[in-house]
Amino acid sequence: MSSSIESLITKEYAAGFVTDVESDTLPPGLSEDVVRAISEKKEEPEWMLEWRLKAFRRWQSMPEPHWPNVKYEPIDYQGISYYSAPKKKKSLTSLDEVDPEVLRTYERLGIPLNEQKMLSGVAVDAIFDSVSVGTTMREELTKVGVIFMSLGEAVREYPELVRKYLGSVVPYSDNFFAALNSAVFSDGSFVYVPKGVRCPMELSTYFRINAADTGQFERTLVVADEGAYVSYLEGCTAPKRSTNQLHAAVVELVALPGATVKYSTVQNWYAGDKEGRGGIYNFVTKRGKAFANSKISWTQVETGSAITWKYPSVILQGDNSVGEFYSVAVVNNRQQADTGTKMIHIGKNTRSNIVSKGISAGEGNNSYRGRVQVLPKASGARNYTQCDSMLVGNRCGAHTFPYIEVANNTAIVEHEASTSKIGEDQIFYLKQRGLSAEQAVSMIVSGFCKEVFKELPMEFALEAQQLLGITLEGSVG
Amino acid sequence: MSLLEIHGLTASVGDKPILRGINLTVNAGETHAAMGPNGSGKSTLAQVLAGNPAYEVTGGSITYKGQDLLEMDPEVRAQAGIFLAFQYPVEIPGVSNAYFLRAAYNEVRKARGEGEVDPLEFADIMEEKLALVDMDPGMLQRSVNTGFSGGEKKRNEILQLAVLEPSLAILDETDSGLDIDALRTVADGVNKLRDRNRSFVVVTHYQRLLNYIVPDFVHVLAGGRIVKSGGKELALALEEKGYDWLTEGEPVGVNA
Repeated sequence: MSSSIESLITKEYAAGFVTDVESDTLPPGLSEDVVRAISEKKEEPEWMLEWRLKAFRRWQSMPEPHWPNVKYEPIDYQGISYYSAPKKKKSLTSLDEVDPEVLRTYERLGIPLNEQKMLSGVAVDAIFDSVSVGTTMREELTKVGVIFMSLGEAVREYPELVRKYLGSVVPYSDNFFAALNSAVFSDGSFVYVPKGVRCPMELSTYFRINAADTGQFERTLVVADEGAYVSYLEGCTAPKRSTNQLHAAVVELVALPGATVKYSTVQNWYAGDKEGRGGIYNFVTKRGKAFANSKISWTQVETGSAITWKYPSVILQGDNSVGEFYSVAVVNNRQQADTGTKMIHIGKNTRSNIVSKGISAGEGNNSYRGRVQVLPKASGARNYTQCDSMLVGNRCGAHTFPYIEVANNTAIVEHEASTSKIGEDQIFYLKQRGLSAEQAVSMIVSGFCKEVFKELPMEFALEAQQLLGITLEGSVG
Repeated sequence: MSLLEIHGLTASVGDKPILRGINLTVNAGETHAAMGPNGSGKSTLAQVLAGNPAYEVTGGSITYKGQDLLEMDPEVRAQAGIFLAFQYPVEIPGVSNAYFLRAAYNEVRKARGEGEVDPLEFADIMEEKLALVDMDPGMLQRSVNTGFSGGEKKRNEILQLAVLEPSLAILDETDSGLDIDALRTVADGVNKLRDRNRSFVVVTHYQRLLNYIVPDFVHVLAGGRIVKSGGKELALALEEKGYDWLTEGEPVGVNA
């Protein structure tokens, strides 16, 4: 074949700029003193500090896991700064007091925090490095009793709620990175939707890593009380830097009886350059606990990060609860992803649905890893898994590691998998109809991901589709 | 000036020469049939005209609307009005026919300096085009060629032809795999699209299609060359006598 899959120009990572702000940053290193210092900076109650210290001690005794199908140089945990915040004179009471440079950063990223310019129908909590710099639409949410604020504030303002649910889904001892996060988490978002309330707008957190050599360890806690409904979105970007940065977040979702929690992620952390220098290590623990008749739905579009290592999961604790996982993971150049989900069926008639779409281009390596576990009492449990991989070019890899454990013989578990390659014939066909190579690839890939994109709220589906196009640009000629 | 002029065209796949010197002139509004046995190069000619990168042009020239066609990328050729109805239309799962057609239509419009149309305007346009090929509007919501029957795929090609309104339409074995009813529908669609500004190159193995799409000229390819040209009666002679009387002394084909 004379033609083929070779490179066009790679598009620049548009979110790769650095904001020049004065920061309050802890020196690199991790010790009990650092944990105490973070807690003190955040003016936390004693119980919170105790919890952090327990987590830290536990973390020290844990080995770093190396079972994922990814390769990276050892991380120097003493070389990372565990806290960085834009400097401010006093505590903020309104967005007007946020450093204008920080506000401009969000504008450039297309996330205006200014109330007049905001996307209607979306409330945003903006996390800049280690802290929340502002939460919008609060008043309207307060009217219906929805609490949406940074976790740091919630610890002070709603200590009982936080104490009850923090760590109830992902205990501090859960795994190495969750323990690290529990010890040093700096901020994140907290959502509580009261009984029977349907949250009137999309809630959204926008994470931005700015400072160099820092880690970001945010923690998000979403609680939907009985019969409540909430849809939550997160987006992430970081500047281009030649060193790797660690992002070890924890997200906990609690869906009390009859509640619905929908959690969507569009992850676009800096992925590193073509040779694999720099980029974010995205090592994240995300899990939800679904009580009776409730539903938890994860949707993720993972286009960024040098390494992605995450398994948004659902513990189907209550009878008739439903867990869903819709995922698109794209790797290009030297990116690596090991991602998937766990569905743990405990209650009767629990149902789970998994749709995973992995796209590998360049020299990227993409692994789907999933566990479907049906416990002895989960009679009538039902799982359907569909796991599709698409290869672009011939230097990339796609791997599938499905684990299925069924301990109840009334359960029905289905697993379907496919692997396909973007064909020269498909690209030529679309070009013959007047489309460019980029448009052709983007169309083929969007078609491949359609079942997942339709789960995203409209404007984010568009964003996701564009991101996908940008990530894959340069992978096909 | 002719629409298309091909001089001494040679092309190969890998190391294998397929076309060994094609000369052909197509004027606006003419319909030419390219016939020949398997491996004679007729499908290769269609692919080369569309710019399929799997075929390497090793010599000769193609002038289209006064421009050097060989310098143009496939999408530029498409935008300039060259359309290839594929012998094996490609499946694009998850992409609706309507979305794909509108994207293609808008690219071609942009190239002509016309504005893009939105989905509502496009729906109006489609109503008329669907009738032309007797297609159910439900087809627009299905993924491009995915799970289509052979006949549906070929009809979908003609629908695209109707939408994109090319200056030069190349039909590559559009009759293959069609039963007589489907063949008639497809041919009717093509005939409705014939006018004095649109030229066709109809590549076919059998004379059958030419009963419905009656050509102005018939060319017989053998061994990568045009060995005989004539009017529509040449096709009838082929039907009667086969290809052998024309291809004696020529290498009949370069079988892949």
